[in-house]
Amino acid sequence: MTEPVRDADRVFHNLDGSGDGGLAGARRRGDWDDTRALILRGRDAIQGTVRESGLRGRGGAGFSTGLKWSFMPKEPAPERPHYLIVNADESEPGTCKDREILRHEPHKLIEGTLLAGVGIGAHTAYIYVRGEFEAERRCLEAALTDCYADGLLGPDACGSGYDFEVHVHRGAGAYICGEETGLIESLEGKKGFPRLKPPFPASAGLWGCPTTVNNVETIAVVPTILRRGAPWFGGIGRAQNTGTKLFCVSGHVERPGTVEAAMGIPLRELIEQHAGGVRGGWDNLLAVIPGGSSTKVLPAAACEDLRMDFDGLREAGSALGTAGVIVMDRSTDIVAAIARLSHFYWHESCGQCTPCREGTGWVSRIMDRFVAGAAAPSDLDTLEAICGQIEGHTICALGDAAAWPVQGLLAHFRDELERRVAGGRRPLAA
Amino acid sequence: MSGGTELFPGPDRDAAEAILGRYPPAHRQSAVLPLLDLAQRRHGGWLPPAVVDAVGDYLGMPSMRVRELVTFYSMFHDRPVGRYLVQVCRTTPCWLRGSDEVLAGAREELGIAPGETTPDGLFTLIEVECLGACADAPVVQINDDYHERLDGERMRAWLRDRRGAEDD
Repeated sequence: MTEPVRDADRVFHNLDGSGDGGLAGARRRGDWDDTRALILRGRDAIQGTVRESGLRGRGGAGFSTGLKWSFMPKEPAPERPHYLIVNADESEPGTCKDREILRHEPHKLIEGTLLAGVGIGAHTAYIYVRGEFEAERRCLEAALTDCYADGLLGPDACGSGYDFEVHVHRGAGAYICGEETGLIESLEGKKGFPRLKPPFPASAGLWGCPTTVNNVETIAVVPTILRRGAPWFGGIGRAQNTGTKLFCVSGHVERPGTVEAAMGIPLRELIEQHAGGVRGGWDNLLAVIPGGSSTKVLPAAACEDLRMDFDGLREAGSALGTAGVIVMDRSTDIVAAIARLSHFYWHESCGQCTPCREGTGWVSRIMDRFVAGAAAPSDLDTLEAICGQIEGHTICALGDAAAWPVQGLLAHFRDELERRVAGGRRPLAA
Repeated sequence: MSGGTELFPGPDRDAAEAILGRYPPAHRQSAVLPLLDLAQRRHGGWLPPAVVDAVGDYLGMPSMRVRELVTFYSMFHDRPVGRYLVQVCRTTPCWLRGSDEVLAGAREELGIAPGETTPDGLFTLIEVECLGACADAPVVQINDDYHERLDGERMRAWLRDRRGAEDD
């Protein structure tokens, strides 16, 4: 058993919204405490601390945040200002952590936006909030208004001499805009078609200017890392998998919710200590999707000693992703559960790349045949082949994300699929 | 319809100007999604073609560039919707917690199938993909509001109450 995260090591103390999310409450929790001094450490020191802390992006890909920031040009050119974009287009099924930050801890996010902005040499930030999050956006806007009124943002932010503007931009319903270059296109007023990389956003992002796009949670932990130091954050979890992390536990558990725990917490402990356990007990567990809908489903047998961090889940053949843990008990029709995800990716494919646009539709229709018990014997191979033809053949990772859940199902629940072949090899009843 | 005065009258003009103020003057097009949202709210929850074109004129964008956004982004509607847009999340985390029951409750209470509007124009029922509130599943979004941890009966009761209030 890993060391449980001590309350003093938690970054978020109002995640459940039981306290005052406003400026006064945030100040009592330590937010905006001498932010000026943190700003005055300067760009290099801020970047260095974040890099040393080992913080990896919380939006799914897990890339080193400090390293990403270091890709920004050293000296901003006057005609090409730097931009920070905070990705609050939270839409990965199973993921609902950024929502809690937006509505209950907006000041952590805003202070982090300012400090990250200094860390990349930006004076303007946009927070791109998914359009459906109307209540969350209002919380954020109210917090921003307070920050401007208090001189924490705007010209001479926090009395530091650093000018910083934060704008909220609302999306309008499109999962693909969570992809960083799709988001940039959307912010430019276009369809959210992901861009070919290179050039990467750090060279040519928003309006062709150097841009860094970071997830809400990534940005919201930055002030605490700067205050408590890289060794503190790096001391939680293990090498390459440091810090605390927000885990969203949904599905068949007694108490679904979003909780902060140490990176590397065993899955069983996460579910039993923080989510009230699997409905009907641990032995009633069928499978878990450990990191949001894009990550491969793992059967109960693989869940026993599963370590919830980047490396632990990679070794288990899945991924940490956004840490959206979808729990399924033995009553679940696992084929239908994955088929719903296939439908999701079909609906959300932007249509730019042929393998994804066409492939997601084929996959979804074949999956529906399996759900209905009307699949042809050849459908198993066809499904596998189509997934292979989508994966790695598209501009962005949505194609991969559409293939992985089905590949996970094929890897761990092939028997179940075979049972659904029309006039199948085995009777339908278990 | 053309120009900003007609499109965004009165206080909406200030709201539109405030939205435009977030972006550099050379990049007015960046305001198009929030402005379409503002326009949709002022035109009964949907975007008639004339309104879409007016937003394009306001921003100096070709009509087709704006129209393609209306079809690309799921929150814009190019056909009339009911006063209450009932959006039932169908994705796996909600489905595991009973979204089928919630949808069945809404269908029964309203007497319509997903994609349809009640004859009195009060309710439109649709299924949507992940609303990002998975730990509070099953979730239904009605206009701006999330309704969480629902079941079929609570869904029916909410719709019944709303219809009763509208009839008064």
